[in-house]
Amino acid sequence: MRYLPKSPSERQEMLAAIGTRSIEELFTSIPEKFRLRAPLDLPGPLSEAEIIQYFQKRAAENSRGYVSFLGAGVYQHLRSVAADALLQRGEFLTSYTPYQAEFAQGTLTAIFEFQTLMCQITGQEVANASMYDGSTALTEAVLMAERLTSRRHVLVARSVHPEYRQVLHTYAKNLGLEIEEIGYTASGQIDRAALKPDTLARAAAVVVQSPNFFGVLEEIPALAETAHASGALLVSAITEAVSLGIVRPPAEADIVAMEGQAFGIPPSYGGPYVGVIATREKFVRQMPGRLAGQTTDAAGNRGFVLTLATREQHIRREKATSNICTNEALYALAATIHLCLIGKEGLREQALQNLAKARFAQSELEKIPGVRRVFSGPTFNEFSLEFPRSVKMINAELLKEKIIGPFALGMQYPEHTKRAVICVTETTPRAEIERFAAAVRRILERPV
Amino acid sequence: MNPKLTDLEAPAKNVGKARAHVSQNEGLIFEQSAPGKRGMELPPLDVPAVDPAKALGSEFTRDAIEGFPEVSEIEVIRHFTRLSTWNYAIDLGMYPLGSCTMKYNPRVNEFVARLDGLASEHPEQPAEVSQGCLRILHDLQKCLLSITGMDAATLQPAAGAQGELTGLLMIRAYLESQGNPRHKVLIPDSAHGTNPASVVIAGYEVQNIKSNSRGQIDTDHLREFVTGDVAALMLTNPSTLGVFEERIAEIAAILHERGALLYMDGANMNALAGVTRPGDFGVDVMHLNLHKTFSTPHGGGGPGAGPVLAKKILEPFLPIPVVVQKPDGTYTLDHNRPKSVGRVRAFAGNFGVLLRALAYTLAYGPGIRQATEDAVLNANYIRKNLEPYFDLPYNLPSMHEVVFSDARQKVRGVNTMDIAKRLIDYGFHPYTTAFPLIVPGAMMIEPTESESKQECDLFIDAMRSIAAEADATPDLVKTAPHATRVGRLDEVAAARKPILRWKSA
Amino acid sequence: MYPADYRYTKDHEWIKVQGDIGTIGITDYAQQELGDVVFVDAPKVGAKLAPGKSFGSVESVKAVSEIYSPVSGEVTETNPLLVDTPEKINTDPHSAAWLIKLKLADPKEVASLMDAAAYEAYIAEQTKEHSA
Repeated sequence: MRYLPKSPSERQEMLAAIGTRSIEELFTSIPEKFRLRAPLDLPGPLSEAEIIQYFQKRAAENSRGYVSFLGAGVYQHLRSVAADALLQRGEFLTSYTPYQAEFAQGTLTAIFEFQTLMCQITGQEVANASMYDGSTALTEAVLMAERLTSRRHVLVARSVHPEYRQVLHTYAKNLGLEIEEIGYTASGQIDRAALKPDTLARAAAVVVQSPNFFGVLEEIPALAETAHASGALLVSAITEAVSLGIVRPPAEADIVAMEGQAFGIPPSYGGPYVGVIATREKFVRQMPGRLAGQTTDAAGNRGFVLTLATREQHIRREKATSNICTNEALYALAATIHLCLIGKEGLREQALQNLAKARFAQSELEKIPGVRRVFSGPTFNEFSLEFPRSVKMINAELLKEKIIGPFALGMQYPEHTKRAVICVTETTPRAEIERFAAAVRRILERPV
Repeated sequence: MNPKLTDLEAPAKNVGKARAHVSQNEGLIFEQSAPGKRGMELPPLDVPAVDPAKALGSEFTRDAIEGFPEVSEIEVIRHFTRLSTWNYAIDLGMYPLGSCTMKYNPRVNEFVARLDGLASEHPEQPAEVSQGCLRILHDLQKCLLSITGMDAATLQPAAGAQGELTGLLMIRAYLESQGNPRHKVLIPDSAHGTNPASVVIAGYEVQNIKSNSRGQIDTDHLREFVTGDVAALMLTNPSTLGVFEERIAEIAAILHERGALLYMDGANMNALAGVTRPGDFGVDVMHLNLHKTFSTPHGGGGPGAGPVLAKKILEPFLPIPVVVQKPDGTYTLDHNRPKSVGRVRAFAGNFGVLLRALAYTLAYGPGIRQATEDAVLNANYIRKNLEPYFDLPYNLPSMHEVVFSDARQKVRGVNTMDIAKRLIDYGFHPYTTAFPLIVPGAMMIEPTESESKQECDLFIDAMRSIAAEADATPDLVKTAPHATRVGRLDEVAAARKPILRWKSA
Repeated sequence: MYPADYRYTKDHEWIKVQGDIGTIGITDYAQQELGDVVFVDAPKVGAKLAPGKSFGSVESVKAVSEIYSPVSGEVTETNPLLVDTPEKINTDPHSAAWLIKLKLADPKEVASLMDAAAYEAYIAEQTKEHSA
């Protein structure tokens, strides 16, 4: 077998050196009744060519050739092939967590750069080496807020990604946290009037997402002031990281939980992605996850090490800030490389293109009779529209024309049937936007 | 700068695994940044431009990102290539970290993960245009169920720790449905740190149980400890000593008699795949680490995937969504599961990692047993050859990993960390130091099946040589490594005055 | 080595009593076990402590030691020196690097703690066990 570097005679030599005659003798510690007598029922073995064939067939059974107007937490963005060339270097791909710093300065230096980039982008003072994704980053940010304030009530905007809220609920229910959901106004932003001082006084945090699930930007400075006035923290989630190319970063938030997928990581049917937690320096000892810090060796050479490890499970065990061990290091590296390539001007330009394309699409769609904007608040590359007929029906028809339609809100927000969130990025050609709008128009013109 | 090596300090020339080499210096990318440089251009905008201040309002727009990199493509390629050459990697040689299973990461896995039509798929797109992805998930599930001998699977957890949490949540939900979730989970003192940390997040109390003199579960103590208030025992099997729990059937029986469940941490599955199945020896629920046993790349610390496999009684509690095949043969994500513990992360899972694990499993098929056998053979070969030189605290049959201790070298003032650092001079990444906690001065070695006899012999030679050095010239070992770009780094300073980001002057 | 006028606990804390004020720290044995101290997590002034309850921790790079109060009382002072120079615990564990001062709720509790001789015998036992 091509992954096994031993010849049969070498195996015999090694068995002889051990003093056993057969490999079976090395498994006698397993009670006999549990030792398998027959090979497992598994497909294969396949040669490399056959493996490729299997996956090529699967790739042909998905959405190749379709254009998509889905956002909802995962975004189609440009990536450079240069990044992939670097990510496939064995020294990055096949190395381990950098616990032995002298032999892992490559990984540690890159983590330090990642942490720096995340701070620069979010306007926060310190960021960790990654969490699993945005949804678990948000959950961990809330748990962090609970530890910092010793309060158990959490106010979460309904406009936070539904799946993120579900994850928070799964974790919170066994930890005695009370989650209260706060609604939104006609602008699509969180209803500040519902954040009453006496509720806030019991709250560990107010949790918002910006741009939120409806695509609308939240007023972070004002929310931070409201929360802080009652001793609560502001936790801000970000799912569309490219927005930070032109949108004001949530510097006034106490903890930022971001999904970094938009930074050069393919959608890949849900993962792997890269979660980010960024916060103020004074909160760093309550922050979960790994951290790389700068230091020197005895000769004064600069180097980097994993640090503040007493927060983590391998030292603190049941008192750790989190159970996280394996994180998303390779994808933090992917995001780092991508951001270095796209750079200061490129990220801004990319964000501007997203804004322009989304506004163009919105104006084209709003020309269709019966289609109108739902929320009045400012949006980036996602926006919510109301349609005169069922979005489910429209999307079914669009699929026949190789268009994956927008996210229908009705399932997650029963008050929003016939409404959808449309996402347009810099990767959607104008011709496709026009084709999409024309198709929607045609579908709506058909008799009921 | 690094002090010059004397002949005494240079790694023994006849080991042959490593020799000094000129490596490139490189600063931080921010230090090479200058206005006007770019590494990537975008296609031109084909719709009318929009002024963000007008469109969003100036209160929502930002200034330029202070200190953000401005470098060319060539500088990025050089920067990261140079950084990469400072790392060790499986592609360079043995990485004997215990319980990490640093096996070869097959390149075809990387190729198929990048196929257009797989990497490009959006998790919220309709099932009609996701059949390829869903079938990959379903096929992997079937393989993992077959390997573990379990009945139900979730591929959602993003890592082993999250798998542990998921399994514990399912146990809680099951026991709640039986009338009493109970309060405690038993954890052996040899357990990995994620185990107790996960227990706490699941809302349970950790109760530590001491391993016996064989490093195994003391079944008499277990009988006392498993009260009606114990929900489960979390067990790693083989243990973190690399030893199979010989009384596993009794352990399972004790738990089940009292209505408790057996959770297995599957981190050491590399000793079992194809040889035995946890489902057969009494495990109710377990997780697998795909980035260990199933060859998905460690990538410097992640990503991983921690699928959870369970017996039928726990199936109703699987997290949503569940990947199912409908009667018409098509696949879908089932969200309609009223008893589910809920969602543990957004979307269906680390699909790119799951896909790689399936590619690995397909490459071996039923021949996966050979990999397990080679892993156990390598560990035992190394053990036999190192026994004369290092203390073996638990003289029990090793499976895929062996744990020595630094007891013999300690008398010369040389500890496990020193030996580990000296191993770097010989061109090897260290083994796992200081774990498991029940072995003071532990040296946990797991070669995996990916090592040839030659590489094993080089490792043995290196370790023998260091043992000799510990005796004759202990200071050489205590101040190692000598051949790396940086010497031992000051971790105390890093923790006292943390510098966690670059700042412009 | 261990001041005769201090009292000691099995968890390696010391307490020096002056009137109804107790000064508490960790012993030389404890700081040796920990290694280079990098951080001290101290309680807030006004915090109410009970015997055997953890009131904070002392961290090295690779380990954390919880600190347990030997007596009941209310924290009146925490040591500002340990905020910027926690390493003082390694050099002056019994003097300059005290952790907290508290107002004793029940001064009689101190009598049941080990004196210097008993503590030295205790750590001699501990050392023997560890090298066994």
